[in-house]
Amino acid sequence: MSNDAPVKKKRKFELDPRLAAYKGVWVFIEHERGQVHPVSWELLGEGRKLADMLGVELAGVVLAAPGEGQPFCQEAFAYGADLCYLMESPVLKDYRNDPFTRGMTELVNTYQPEVLLLGATTQGRDLAGSVATTLATGLTADCTGLTIDLDNRSLAATRPTFGGSLLCTIVTLNYRPQMATVRPRVMGMPERQEGREGRIIEHPLAMAEESIITKVLDYIPDDTRDKPQLPFADIIVSGGKGLAKPENFQLVWDLARVLGAEVGASRPVVQAGWVELDRQVGQSGKTVRPKLYIAAGISGAIQHRVGMEGADCIVAINNDPNAPIFDFAHYGIVGDALQLLPALTEAFRQKLATARRAG
Amino acid sequence: MHSVVCIKQVPDSAQIRVHPVTNTIMRQGVPAIINPYDLFALEEALRLKDRHGGRVTVITMGPPQAEAALRKALSFGADEIILVTDKAFAGADTLATSFALASAIRKIHESHPVTMVFTGKQTIDGDTAQVGPGIAKRLDLQLLTYVSRVAEVDEAGGTITVERRAEGGVQVLRTALPCLVTMLEGSNEMRRGSLPDQLRAARHELTRWDRVAAGIEDVTRIGLKGSPTVVNKVFTPSPRAEKAEMVTVDSGRAADLAVELIARIGGRFPVVEAELARRAG
Ligand SMILES: Cc1cc2nc3c(=O)[nH]c(=O)nc-3n(C[C@H](O)[C@H](O)[C@H](O)COP(=O)(O)OP(=O)(O)OC[C@H]3O[C@@H](n4cnc5c(N)ncnc54)[C@H](O)[C@@H]3O)c2cc1C
Ligand SMILES: Cc1cc2nc3c(=O)[nH]c(=O)nc-3n(C[C@H](O)[C@H](O)[C@H](O)COP(=O)(O)OP(=O)(O)OC[C@H]3O[C@@H](n4cnc5c(N)ncnc54)[C@H](O)[C@@H]3O)c2cc1C
Repeated sequence: MSNDAPVKKKRKFELDPRLAAYKGVWVFIEHERGQVHPVSWELLGEGRKLADMLGVELAGVVLAAPGEGQPFCQEAFAYGADLCYLMESPVLKDYRNDPFTRGMTELVNTYQPEVLLLGATTQGRDLAGSVATTLATGLTADCTGLTIDLDNRSLAATRPTFGGSLLCTIVTLNYRPQMATVRPRVMGMPERQEGREGRIIEHPLAMAEESIITKVLDYIPDDTRDKPQLPFADIIVSGGKGLAKPENFQLVWDLARVLGAEVGASRPVVQAGWVELDRQVGQSGKTVRPKLYIAAGISGAIQHRVGMEGADCIVAINNDPNAPIFDFAHYGIVGDALQLLPALTEAFRQKLATARRAG
Repeated sequence: MHSVVCIKQVPDSAQIRVHPVTNTIMRQGVPAIINPYDLFALEEALRLKDRHGGRVTVITMGPPQAEAALRKALSFGADEIILVTDKAFAGADTLATSFALASAIRKIHESHPVTMVFTGKQTIDGDTAQVGPGIAKRLDLQLLTYVSRVAEVDEAGGTITVERRAEGGVQVLRTALPCLVTMLEGSNEMRRGSLPDQLRAARHELTRWDRVAAGIEDVTRIGLKGSPTVVNKVFTPSPRAEKAEMVTVDSGRAADLAVELIARIGGRFPVVEAELARRAG
């Protein structure tokens, strides 16, 4: 803001008394084929902070087939939930838009939370958009930061705009619940507290299978054996357009093999077809949070940065001392990646071999 | 078969630049294109028409310039184009956008009953993926998101079978027509428009609907007024407090740099050291 801009007076804001009754922070516990998506635990970690700021309880919302939901609730307590709303019904066996929208909407209308968070996954986005429309409330997509404006108890949700080059903060003032989605791995995983307990509030869903128009005919699980699993990799070696030729990208694979790491890439590398789309890191690719991220020949554009700045330790190799990646990496080496990658491969090989002999 | 395809005109993001000093978006001269994700929706609708006959109507809500996107859609083979445009729509978030589009589609349905509504997975500017689900709920249509393949359409039986991308696999779903499908990218490839279609695209008359023509009476449901979300501030990402620690060695040799780097990481990042030890062990 320029200095001569008039000082904006904070707009006086009174929450509609009917909406003031909405209390508590909720996280949708997403699961598929008996597995809870880790984004739900990440959201509980974030939801815990929001609930504490507001001085309210944190709840997990579990919609599941009969007998399926209890263990999910117990897990949710371990990750910070004070209570869980549990809705079990045969129609909730597989994810389908209609019964889940109906169930979630009914829970919201009955128990009235002020904040509702969901993962920005294919399931979470499908449900969030439907629930927000049905409830006629605001929904902020793909947030990278969530906090509470304590002046008016409103959720301030930050998200990237224009391909990540700018950030904006969005509020949903006079509507409840305030809804937001967050992509997997954008928030850190909270500490698991073994044995932590909470209350379960069961609520039925009065919906018969005959009334549901969409049927699940089949489910074909992905063959994950050869699929890259970047979001949960602990070490990632990424290459960018600075490697110049597809043959040179082999040097990234070589280092990754020695480290037992996943291989990542910047968008131009994916677009040139050197590696598959599943390996793209960034705004329009995967968000990753490894312990070690080695970036070779990557300039560090903001769209790449938003996908990897959650890494514990970032090492950047670039022959341009002014490359933006040096502004946020932990270690930088100015030099030719074509020489440094093989040198690192050799040095790590020796280090691991020494550790093996010692250990 | 009558498919309505929703498209949005967006700035070609590959060409957006941020001014290095003022950090404002430099939109001047950035060409406007059809949201790339919407082309998969349009192509799928055209394929249904190839197979089952019928028509394809393309609709957008946007400023008058969005006409260009609609004409482009005609050149690929769409039959009808409708521009929903009104100053009252300005500042719409996804809730207000889906309200306006749903009203317009209801209007289309009055003269030509609609079998399917298609949208893209998401846009490249707003990028919320919320408008498709919003339209479906407002029109009480069955919602099929992230569809990677339309396997079968049984027009007589009034059913459709699709493959939907889920987190860990693919769901095969069957539902009743009419329904709303959001198409996944890479699910098909946009055709090249035929010469006659390209010629027609330039001459074809554009249908332009304002708020009233789109069947909207309640102005509190559209534009800024109908939008629960408010953008509070826009700002540039802050740089990390400290810049990278640069690793150098007197010899300047790559091998020495590598060894030096590994030594320094070990000192400052025990988590990385532990991870490496795990791998060695
Ligand atoms: C809407 C939108 C979404 C986007 N999404 C993504 C995304 O998800 N992920 C993503 O990565 N990008 C994304 N981008 C693109 C992004 O803006 C950048 O263009 C991209 O990240 C640049 O890739 P790069 O660093 O590999 O290539 P470049 O920018 O070309 O950088 C190459 C770097 O290599 C260095 N170099 C050259 N030779 C050598 C050498 N021999 N040794 C060492 N270094 C060398 C150069 O100094 C330079 O810094 C997106 C853009 C937009 C507009
Ligand atoms: C940077 C930025 C951030 C924003 N963040 C939010 C937010 O968090 N929450 C929110 O509610 N709004 C948000 N908005 C407003 C939102 O982008 C607009 O409401 C927009 O009109 C539609 O949303 P979308 O671009 O995200 O579309 P998406 O929901 O991503 O689009 C899905 C599909 O819907 C169809 N479609 C979308 N818009 C139109 C249209 N105008 N005409 C015809 N078909 C269309 C297309 O087929 C498209 O592929 C944001 C806008 C910007 C510019």
